[in-house]
Parts: sequence; structure tokens; C-alpha cells
Amino acid sequence: MIMDKPIVVAANVVKRFGPLKALNGVSLSIAPGAVQCIIGPSGSGKSTLLRCINQLETIDAGAIEVDGELIGYRRRGDELHELSDAEIARQRLATGMVFQRFNLFNHMTALQNIVEGPVTVLRRPRREAVAEAETLLERVGLSDKRNAYPIELSGGQQQRIAIARALAMKPKLMLFDEPTSALDPELVGEVLAVMRDLASSGMTMIVVTHELGFAREVASDVIFMDKGEIVERGSPATILTAPRHERTRNFIAAVLT
Amino acid sequence: MSELAAPAERGLAEIAGLRIVPRRFYGRWIAAALILLVLAWIVKAFAQGQIAWPVVAQFFTAPAILAGLVNTIIMTACAMTLGIVLGVVFAIMYMSPNPVLRGVALFYIWFFRGTPLLLQLLLWFNLALVFPTIGIPGLVEWRTIDVIGPFMATLLGLGMNQGAYTAEVVRSGILSVDVGQTEAAKAIGMTRLTTLRRIVLPQAMRVIIPPVGNEFISMVKLTSIASVIQFSEILRNAQTIYYANARVIELLIVAAGWYLLVVTLLQIGQFFLERVFSKGRGERRQPAQEAGA
Ligand SMILES: Nc1ncnc2c1ncn2[C@@H]1O[C@H](COP(=O)(O)OP(=O)(O)OP(=O)(O)O)[C@@H](O)[C@H]1O
Ligand SMILES: [Mg+2]
Repeated sequence: MIMDKPIVVAANVVKRFGPLKALNGVSLSIAPGAVQCIIGPSGSGKSTLLRCINQLETIDAGAIEVDGELIGYRRRGDELHELSDAEIARQRLATGMVFQRFNLFNHMTALQNIVEGPVTVLRRPRREAVAEAETLLERVGLSDKRNAYPIELSGGQQQRIAIARALAMKPKLMLFDEPTSALDPELVGEVLAVMRDLASSGMTMIVVTHELGFAREVASDVIFMDKGEIVERGSPATILTAPRHERTRNFIAAVLT
Repeated sequence: MSELAAPAERGLAEIAGLRIVPRRFYGRWIAAALILLVLAWIVKAFAQGQIAWPVVAQFFTAPAILAGLVNTIIMTACAMTLGIVLGVVFAIMYMSPNPVLRGVALFYIWFFRGTPLLLQLLLWFNLALVFPTIGIPGLVEWRTIDVIGPFMATLLGLGMNQGAYTAEVVRSGILSVDVGQTEAAKAIGMTRLTTLRRIVLPQAMRVIIPPVGNEFISMVKLTSIASVIQFSEILRNAQTIYYANARVIELLIVAAGWYLLVVTLLQIGQFFLERVFSKGRGERRQPAQEAGA
């Protein structure tokens, strides 16, 4: 695995919101098949990092490569040319994203949500797309909800549909931004179960989470972020039980209490 | 519990047995009396004002009136269609990151909302004074007078004016859709336009339809303004008739009757349309229906 070409490489990424540096020189690389958990206090830039990786935000300095391709720009000699809307849309196909607030398309049923990307974006035949969507529904345990609208589903069910919707595009990398933070405690388990299953199937995942139990069990690697910087990075055992930095220790102590 | 209640609570409990005297609404009675008086006065005026009701009945279905009605309806439909298409296009341009498109949209909305509709109609009708011919020079050219007659001038005037107002309605509809929907659409690889067409506009409809329905109804009445540029809609045809037979009030009543009839039908239609588009929002459907969907 260490020999494999990394699927995400970030080099000195800086993202500013006005005077605020949400990301202050972040560098990292993620190997294919890794489950990379990111933890850190509120406002530390975790969401911003994920959003830069799939270009929901543009970066102010540094560079990001996804699946071996520089994102947002094309290099011609010494120049970087900004990509068009359509080219950025194509680059986003490599990543799937799961949001804290689910963001299912409200006017579509669960099945229509899953089929929308393959049919509209990838121009797959509807019949094939529906068949695959049904397999995905089964995988997330919601075959009986195929015709339900988002408003008729619980938060946990909506999030599982959202995961299925992202998987339907066959991404190489899945980004999860606090996928269980908006859920009632009793619904967290069902979503984590789907993610655990996904991790064991070999999917590369970047997961921003406050679920330290999940991180300890599933993560191949944990990053602790604070104030727009990566403070430390290591195996779950190291970061969660014997962190080297004071800030990491304080954060973990605060989350556990 | 009741035997444990404190003395104060027991005192209040006795009140439950007293008789309730409803509030008296004197204001309502006075208003009703005044309105009855005014009504009686109006009815008396119409009864004594020598209105020949048989003439009203006779002209209600006169061929010229019906032809005018058809023209009014056709013009309403065409102008609203043009208005909605332009409204959507200019709303999207307005919200585009492209500053040129945004500038064009801003100018369009500024101009058509900032000048009187009557003036715009006259401008279109007299366009030949500025552009004697239109088309692609050297390839195809028409004389403007032939192309922009009363129908075209009215259609362009009403449609372009409507487009400026509808653009604002569509824009607020688009803004009403949560940005999370757009981000989710981008995340599955949709381009900006596909996101608008497949995700944002369908959800914006709920906000867009009620005001556009109202404007549809306004448009029926607004077409009457085209009588000044000789478009033969119902009011102009009624005028043509009363210039000949001097039955002014009778023919105005005929026209008013038709307007009320058409507007009432549209209002009923709007009621049902709004019901369709509010479905599935806020309330959960019954499980029984879910199986059929
Ligand atoms: N669109 C924006 N405009 C301005 N500031 C922003 C924007 N998005 C994020 N920020 C700021 O950037 C910083 C990092 O935000 P980010 O959402 O990445 O934090 P986070 O680590 O995900 O926090 P949380 O755990 O609360 O989700 C915060 O200070 C936030 O206020
Ligand atoms: Mg966040």
C-alpha cells in the first residue's frame, strides 16, 4: 500500500476567508484504500479542507492533486490555466461527498436521488442505473424506502441514501463531513455501520468526525487539526491514546468528557 | 386532586359555572348598514341611468366582442409565455458569475421596470421610425412596418415588460432553494446549468408559481392597454362598436363581464395549481399513497 501512488496530495494549501486563514499551509498525502479520519475543534478548518479537495471552495495558495490530476488548473509550461465549469464538474467525478446535513434532493424520491447522477451526468441508460441503485439501496438497508421522499425519512435513513447517492457515481474517493453530527444518538450507529462496511470493501475515505470510537476502530490514520493547521498525524492508537501535542491531548480529553 | 386545591384555585373554579355573554361587534353592524346604503344608491343609479340591459345581452355574444375576447386570451397567453421565458433567462443571467451577462440582465430589468408600459408599447409600435428595416443586413431584411404591427408591438411590449418582473420573481425563487442542494448537485458532477435545470428550478417553482399566477391574471386586464395601438382586443372592439351606436355604458358592461369571467376562471385554476405544487412540502404523505408513487 505504501508503494501505491497517493490518491490525494495537498501541498501547502492556504484558504482565506477575508482576513481569516481557514487553512494555513496544509500538506498531506493519502494512499488508496486508506481511511483517513480528521478530528479537531470547531472552526479548525476540517470542512474547509474537504471542500477544497472537491472544489466547493477555491484555494488561495498551494496545490491539490486528486487521482494524479492537478485540480482546478491545467498546467501549460510555466502557466496554470483555470479550468472551465464543465472540466471542474468532470474532475469532481473522482470524489463523492457526504454532507453533515444530508442535502438529499427534496423533490426526488430516494431512488430518484440515487439515479439522478448516473442518468443525468454519466448518461447511463436509466434501466441499468435503476438496477444498480436498487443494489445500493439494499447495501444501505433501505430497499423498502425506494419511493419515499426525503421528508418522509429519518435523519439516519436520509444519510444512508446520501451515501448511496454518492456511491452511485463510482467515485475513487469518498469525503464525509461529520456525517453523524446532525443525527439523534440512536441513529448514529446505522450510518457508522454503512461506513464501516464501505471501509472494509477497500474504499478510500476521508472522514471528518467527532466519533472517536469509530476513528479508533476503522481509521488507518488520524489527523488532528487546529487553527487551519495539521498539528499531528499518526495511527489511531497514537493520536487517540498517546498524543504528543498538548493541544491534541486537551481536545481528546474534552471530547471524551 | 380537587379536595387538595388551594382556596384561590377553588375560587377560580367557580367561575366555570357562570354564563358567557358574547362580545358585541357594533362596528360590524354600522359598517354593514353603511355598505347597504351605498349599494342601494348604486343600484338606483344603474336602474334610473337608462341602461338598456337588452342591449348588453345582445352584444355580450356579438361576433366582434367574441373575436376581441379571443384576441385578448391569445395575447395574454403569448405575452405571459414570452414573459416567463425571458424572466427565467434573465434571472439566470442576473445570477451568473459572468459580469457581461449580469450587466445585460441588470440593464434589461432597470429599463423595463423604469419606464411606463404604455410608453414601451408606443416605442415598439413606432420602431420603424428608428429602424426602418430589421434583419441581417445584406442577407435577410424586412420592412419594420410589415413585421411589427399591432399584434407584434403588443406582444413585445407586454412580454418584455413582464419578463423584467418575472425575472425578479424567478430570482427570489432560486434564492429560496438551500445552497446545500446546489453543493450536493455539484458534488455528483453536475455543471452549473444542469444543477439549475434539474435541481434548483424544480424546487424554486413552489415560490415562483403564486406570484406568476397573480401576474397572469393581471395580464388579462393589462392587454386592454393595447387598444391605444389599435390591437383589436375586447375593449377596443367594444369601443369601436360604441363609437358607432353610442351605447357606451352597455358595451363597457359587456367588456367588464367578460374580464370578470376570464379572471374568475383563472383564479380557480391558480387555486388548484398551487395545491399541486405545495404537495409533499411540510406534511408527510400517508404510507398507503407511498406504495403507489
Ligand atoms: N464561507 C465562509 N465564509 C467565511 N468564513 C468561513 C466560511 N466557511 C468557513 N469559514 C470560517 O473558516 C474557519 C474554518 O471553518 P470550517 O467550517 O472549515 O471549520 P470546521 O473545522 O469544519 O468546524 P466544525 O467542526 O464547526 O464544522 C471558521 O473560522 C469559519 O468561520
Ligand atoms: Mg465542519
